[in-house]
Amino acid sequence: MTDASIIADPDHDADFGDFFALLKPRVMSLVVFTALVGLIVAPGTVHPFVAFFSILCIAIGGGASGALNMWYDADIDRVMKRTKGRPIPAGKVTEGEALAIGITLSAFAVIMLGLASNWVAAGLLAFTIFFYAVVYTMWLKRSTPQNIVIGGAAGAFPPMIGWAVVTGDITITSTLMFALTFMWTPPHFWALALFMNSDYDKAKVPMLPVTHGTRSTRNHILVYTLLLALTAGALLFTPIAGLVYLVAFAVMNALFIIGAVKIWRRDDAASKADNFKAERSFFKLSLAYLFAHFSALMIDAMLSGVFDGMGFKGLF
Amino acid sequence: MAITKLHEMHKRRKSRNVGLGLVLVTFVGLILALTVVKVTTTDLAPLGGAEAAE
Repeated sequence: MTDASIIADPDHDADFGDFFALLKPRVMSLVVFTALVGLIVAPGTVHPFVAFFSILCIAIGGGASGALNMWYDADIDRVMKRTKGRPIPAGKVTEGEALAIGITLSAFAVIMLGLASNWVAAGLLAFTIFFYAVVYTMWLKRSTPQNIVIGGAAGAFPPMIGWAVVTGDITITSTLMFALTFMWTPPHFWALALFMNSDYDKAKVPMLPVTHGTRSTRNHILVYTLLLALTAGALLFTPIAGLVYLVAFAVMNALFIIGAVKIWRRDDAASKADNFKAERSFFKLSLAYLFAHFSALMIDAMLSGVFDGMGFKGLF
Repeated sequence: MAITKLHEMHKRRKSRNVGLGLVLVTFVGLILALTVVKVTTTDLAPLGGAEAAE
């Protein structure tokens, strides 16, 4: 591209918002929220500004991995209805710009997090970015229908990083918070894949409904929902779970299992007849599920003084 | 009357230039604030103790 073409091509000029969209703001909000909960429930204290700055670094790191994902996946994003409005397929941002932003912000976020808090947290953030950009995006996504199972780990690290910002270590409790999001990701995405099946098929992404059919996907959703309930239950035995988490756990897992059973009992004909009503509501419920669990942990941490007196602070 | 003529390209790129400017100003502010927090909360007692011993 010549200098003249850059000046003369108004379509190429992206707004600031187009560059911001590369960071996947919606995914970033989940990262910020779960990292914040990890930071709040961790034992110990950290200066409020260091906490804010650390969360900002985690958000930027998560956003940077999103930009790297958009750079590498630009070819399939152009094909899929859900993603063709993204900045690269829309022609607003070039692939090279996305790569440069992704690498620069990744390095910035990791180094600044290390300087602001500690290098355990920074190392976890670096590993998260590597896992999402390389292990999931470049390797698993196009090669195995289990892509979302293993790749889900990338989205599950933020609460562990938030925890590490305060404590500087990795514990069973922070690992269980990781496990909660890790086990939640497969049923969440498979429900989406059931009603967005044709999108993944067109892009030749080996999602479970494409490779193994919808019957197998429905079975998988049910099994993973039950495993998720066990994982969420395990958190009850940690010091961070209190009465609010117990209530959220009981209500949300009951609803989630009922939703999974509904999906399991249906076939494609029934789903198409009501435009995937059960699958869509299960997908929406999955968002509320994660939000409720992490919110409950946060509320329990804030109310810990009250519940200490009641003797309920973790079952053990 | 302006002594230079604003190119049409500058108008098109105003949003990203202003956005980048704000990001850079925010970055400088954050680093300044982080420096103040680190300097005021870091315990420098061992250093002071060593100096006192000399």
